[in-house]
Amino acid sequence: MNMLTRRLLIAAAASLAIAGSALAQDKSIVVASTTSTQDSGLFGHILPMFKAKTGIDVKVVAQGTGQALDTGRRGDADVVFVHAKPAEEKFLAEGFGVKRYPVMYNDFVLIGPKSDPAGIKGSKDIVAALGAIKAKGADFVSRGDKSGTHQAELNLWKVAGVDIAKDKGPWYKEIGQGMGAALNTASASNAYVLADRGTWLSFKNRGDLVIAVEGDKRLFNQYGVMLVNPEKHPSVKKDLGQQFIDWLVSSDGQKAIADYKINGEQLFYPNASDSGA
Amino acid sequence: MPAELSAFQLVLSGDPALFAIVRLSLVVSLSAVLLAALMGIPLGAWIALTNFPGRQGAIVLLNALMGLPPVVVGLAVYLALSRSGPLGSWGLLFTPRAMIIAQTVLVAPIIAALTRQTIEDLWLEYRDELTAMNLGPLGRVAALIWDARFSLVTALLAGFGRAAAEVGAIIIVGGNIDGFTRTMTTAIALETSKGDLPLAVGLGVVLIAIVIAINALAWTARRAGERLAG
Amino acid sequence: MRAPCEELPVVFDGVSVTAGPVTILDNISLSLAAGAPTVLIGPNGSGKSTLLRIAMGLMPPSRGRVTWGGRENAPPLKRAIVFQRPAMLRRSAAANIRFALRAAGIPRAGHAARTSELLELVGLGGLADRAARRLSGGEQQRLALARALARDPAVLFLDEPTASLDPTATKAVEDIIRAVSARNIKVVMATHDLGEARRFAGDIVMLHRGRVVEAGPAASFLDTPKTAEARAFLAGELLI
Repeated sequence: MNMLTRRLLIAAAASLAIAGSALAQDKSIVVASTTSTQDSGLFGHILPMFKAKTGIDVKVVAQGTGQALDTGRRGDADVVFVHAKPAEEKFLAEGFGVKRYPVMYNDFVLIGPKSDPAGIKGSKDIVAALGAIKAKGADFVSRGDKSGTHQAELNLWKVAGVDIAKDKGPWYKEIGQGMGAALNTASASNAYVLADRGTWLSFKNRGDLVIAVEGDKRLFNQYGVMLVNPEKHPSVKKDLGQQFIDWLVSSDGQKAIADYKINGEQLFYPNASDSGA
Repeated sequence: MPAELSAFQLVLSGDPALFAIVRLSLVVSLSAVLLAALMGIPLGAWIALTNFPGRQGAIVLLNALMGLPPVVVGLAVYLALSRSGPLGSWGLLFTPRAMIIAQTVLVAPIIAALTRQTIEDLWLEYRDELTAMNLGPLGRVAALIWDARFSLVTALLAGFGRAAAEVGAIIIVGGNIDGFTRTMTTAIALETSKGDLPLAVGLGVVLIAIVIAINALAWTARRAGERLAG
Repeated sequence: MRAPCEELPVVFDGVSVTAGPVTILDNISLSLAAGAPTVLIGPNGSGKSTLLRIAMGLMPPSRGRVTWGGRENAPPLKRAIVFQRPAMLRRSAAANIRFALRAAGIPRAGHAARTSELLELVGLGGLADRAARRLSGGEQQRLALARALARDPAVLFLDEPTASLDPTATKAVEDIIRAVSARNIKVVMATHDLGEARRFAGDIVMLHRGRVVEAGPAASFLDTPKTAEARAFLAGELLI
């Protein structure tokens, strides 16, 4: 009992110490971002450089784009770094963001089993591929979590002329989870799934999955970053947050992004200078 | 299984990042158990020893709360601690302290319910003796809690097991921030989502080993204490 | 400060105890005064334990009243009781006694000396650090006696203190009771063992079906019982 008491006291003391250090560590910001930027390892690559330059700790909460924007709306993050331009523009229009900066893009890829039941492997036409999947009733895993990838997927179905809310059958599985979980599900059930290339490249549990469709311009995936509006939420650390944004779009930050590679393959393409992106 | 070995190699080589994750897991869960004990033991003892209207209902409710879904607790604490929530000005969301709060909410009913049962059983045995000694209410509670201490350790361990194992609450209120609020369980969830199943399994084995070690320690302490005090 | 015998006499005035339709004690009037031990005898279920619990103040009577030294509702300051199966606190033998000393409000300075004195008195001097619940039945009974004596009682109630003990252990417990009685502590003991009653009693109160059938000095009760029930009990017949 004495031992236990002592251990509990040590734990309590340690928790106070952590709490204390959290207060002391005031030079930090919370960035609500997407699972794709986190799971692909991009943040692990660029954040140490930013920290070395500015001394600012960036705490990344990785969520789907929809949830990340909500986190910003609630004032629980200082910066949001997501990939769903229409949703980002809505966020700005509602007054929750200050200004949107384009940062980089990567692309989506349609992943599917080697056996390719829909017969679409090697195609560069995502719209035709989705139509074939629907026509053949081949298994398809959808994020179903309002993330940027999910929104991109819904948009592609619309372009393909499929009203997915109405036309979906047992072949269409909405899992309501992140990119990794969707890939795990697709891997386990040999289904097609739309993924961002970064997460796919760093994903380890591929099983029989390969890239079925890539290279279509409509698979383009733009990332943007915004400071949460301090007028809505006075707790936002606007100077530190703006420093992070400024660095991301600076030549240093853009180079750091371009330099991130997995197996020699570049994952993200900086395009901060493209004001229309 | 080379990849599982790699998790153990991380442990054996004293990998600082893994060590920090393990330490945070222990600090969060043990702090939650301590806070929950400070609330749950007196509450459980009070319910055990007091007659009040609705007592039966309170006992049923307390027992039911032992099964609180972590994700619901996480969501409730999230909404409370969010900048837009009632306690937003504390600025606790996405910090270890928010995780401690969430796990305290999860664990307190477990400790209170088990304490209630333990103290009530002991009170049946002690009631006549303590009444004959003309002991006041506070003296009774103190004597019962002290004499139930070995059973209460089991209640604390049950609470710790619950806290150490859950991921639903802390991933919501902690945000699984690398190097800050990442624990064993949230790291396992993350590695699973990255498709690194062997590393996730390896971390899981490490977590289970730690939980077993803590239980073994507590058990040994309990046995030693019981030999001395019966 | 100990006011002499403020607990005595313990007077029962028309005391009844009922539990639902069952009458456990039926209109008992009785006075337990200072002096030689009073022994309650009677078959199992005759109400001895309930009478002791009421005399100790552990439960109120359903009807009638009890007074201690003329006071009603007097807290059990100088009363103590040893139950038939005493609950041992989950602590060492010595800690059990220290607990009783603390509960009795005795200043801490004297605890150590008083604890060893009491343990010696009941012959447990060598077992002070043994976990109380690991003691034998007889040792537990003696520890319970020491714990009761820690309250420095004016009156000590004993509920069949030797009922489940072997002869050796019984002898040890009886020797202690004798020593207690010799210290001017009023002993009130329930037993269904006539031999024990003979060895101790100054007065005997016989209970049967919740009533006092006969009460009086031990000698006259044992030699010339006045009631049929007492005669039957003394003759070893089964009283139902």
